[in-house]
Amino acid sequence: MEKLILPDIKGLQSISVYEGIGGYTAIKKALKMTPNEIIDEVKKSNLRGRGGACFPTGLKWSFMPQNTDKPKYLCVNGDESEPASFKDRQIFEFNPHQLIEGTLIAAYALGVKTSYIYIRGEYLSWIEMLQKAIDEAYEKNYIGKNIFNSNFSTDIYIHRGAGAYICGEESSLMNSIEGLRPYPRNKPPFPAQNGLWGCPTTINNVETITNIPVIINKGGEWFSKIGAEKHPGTLLYGVSGNVNKPGVYELPTGTLLTDIIYKYAGGVKGDKKIKMIIPGGTSMPPIRGDEIENLKMDAESLKSVGSAIGTAGIVVIDETVDIIKILTRITKFYWHESCGQCTPCREGTGWMLKILERIERGEGVSSDLDLLVEIANNIEGNTVCALGDAAAWPVKFTIKKFRKEIEERIYKSC
Amino acid sequence: MINEEELLKIENIKRKYPDSKAALMPVLYFFQEKYGFISDDSIKEISQLLKISEVDIKGVVSFYEMFHEKPKGKYIVQVCTNISCMLCNSENILKAVEKKLGIKCGETTKDNLFTLEEVECLGSCGTAPVISINNRYYENMTEEKINSLFDNLK
Ligand SMILES: Cc1cc2nc3c(=O)[nH]c(=O)nc-3n(C[C@H](O)[C@H](O)[C@H](O)COP(=O)(O)O)c2cc1C
Ligand code: SF4
Ligand code: FES
Repeated sequence: MEKLILPDIKGLQSISVYEGIGGYTAIKKALKMTPNEIIDEVKKSNLRGRGGACFPTGLKWSFMPQNTDKPKYLCVNGDESEPASFKDRQIFEFNPHQLIEGTLIAAYALGVKTSYIYIRGEYLSWIEMLQKAIDEAYEKNYIGKNIFNSNFSTDIYIHRGAGAYICGEESSLMNSIEGLRPYPRNKPPFPAQNGLWGCPTTINNVETITNIPVIINKGGEWFSKIGAEKHPGTLLYGVSGNVNKPGVYELPTGTLLTDIIYKYAGGVKGDKKIKMIIPGGTSMPPIRGDEIENLKMDAESLKSVGSAIGTAGIVVIDETVDIIKILTRITKFYWHESCGQCTPCREGTGWMLKILERIERGEGVSSDLDLLVEIANNIEGNTVCALGDAAAWPVKFTIKKFRKEIEERIYKSC
Repeated sequence: MINEEELLKIENIKRKYPDSKAALMPVLYFFQEKYGFISDDSIKEISQLLKISEVDIKGVVSFYEMFHEKPKGKYIVQVCTNISCMLCNSENILKAVEKKLGIKCGETTKDNLFTLEEVECLGSCGTAPVISINNRYYENMTEEKINSLFDNLK
């Protein structure tokens, strides 16, 4: 299978190697197309966002107003703070120029003069790697004024985050760039109407944007035939936890979960059984070990087990692990990262954490599980941003899928 | 006080944004790198440089984990304990670091060399467990590696 995002080519970080394999030809091609032709090609590709919500990228781009006097902006989201996600950093490290080229094409298609690539502050080493690539591209006039001798000019800057998960949420991210306290904004208005500094703005994930040069070079239709029909392309599956060979594996959407775990990630450590899988970052509902047979990893297939693809960060958890310990740690994260703006999220995450810690200590009572579900239900859908849902889902669905085991744990300690 | 050369750097940062207020985070990093933390004096100076009220700057500084208003150790040691690391022995890594440095999480060694913190997922779960020291990652950590890691730093 051909790799679209992370091909096995040594030294691809350098602009000369990247150009040697046809890098920066897609932008040249794009500059000869009209912005609408590009957006149509992306629509045809059926590319869906890789930031977690699988939103169709072409459709998102078409929301950007075309006749406006206001400047327009593009934010490329590399906050990558959802636990168990570590894919975008592979792009910064191993294929930064394809990300830059994708950003240029998106900027041209959307009429954007300034793009910000937002990267989590902890990724200092990766910020430096991407900056080096950006500098190289500026030197060759691939970014900047009249790129490739066209009449299109555009800038790309890195904006460094400073350790706040919430800044990956798009409206928080924009407030963060503006230098405000990064509380998420109410929606509507949506960013395409009212984004950075009140101007039309598009936010896309790093991996989403890195797909764009491939789509322009090979065509939307070609791309749409890779992997799962309704969610085409490849994904950077990041496998971690109790496996022999953790890491990021680029494979088509719709690859069997068992193949990812056993063929690529080397199987479970010590040949233990799998108790639980988190398929796409910690906010995604977990899957039981007995549900993984024949399960494909794409947006639609995961619905059949009540979960979602998220960031495709897969955590494998073996039979010896205490589910409550995992759930408590996950909940602690969302409690810690809640910005505190909405009461259900602020109070609910703290309350759920207290109950879970009590259960973990062996002091749980049988009514705790219903109470946890009730609190989670009260958070879900009642908050300004989706962090509330992200905190509620693991609790609600872990209890749904592992109720018996958790109840036994509570009774044992009674 | 910042000198002319530094002022130029700040002007260059401001140029990346249509509104100079947006230069706040990079400028905060700039001051933190220079002084080791964000002092009240720095906040006053930044307030004048970027025309942002001191209260608003404090609201931003206090929001982010990576900006700090008090000095920390020369090396900020962060141990990730989120689930992928937890599944790969991070609890024992944390204990081993505590033992090696003779301090608990949240504390700084008496010689002001090390501050130890427990942190959320560092985005390095495929090479868990992970320690970050001044934002440089040390991946696939083992209890054995800890001694030499810290001895080399001193
Ligand atoms: C709490 C929270 C954190 C998020 N963190 C990220 C992130 O780190 N990276 C990312 O690309 N999207 C993140 N998102 C999703 C973004 O809001 C946005 O939908 C995404 O960047 C859009 O890109 P896409 O359409 O290309 O997927 C987060 C959302 C929420 C609610
Ligand atoms: S849901 Fe939570 S994180 Fe999101 S705005 Fe409300 S309090 Fe903040
Ligand atoms: S859980 Fe430790 S780096 Fe992700």
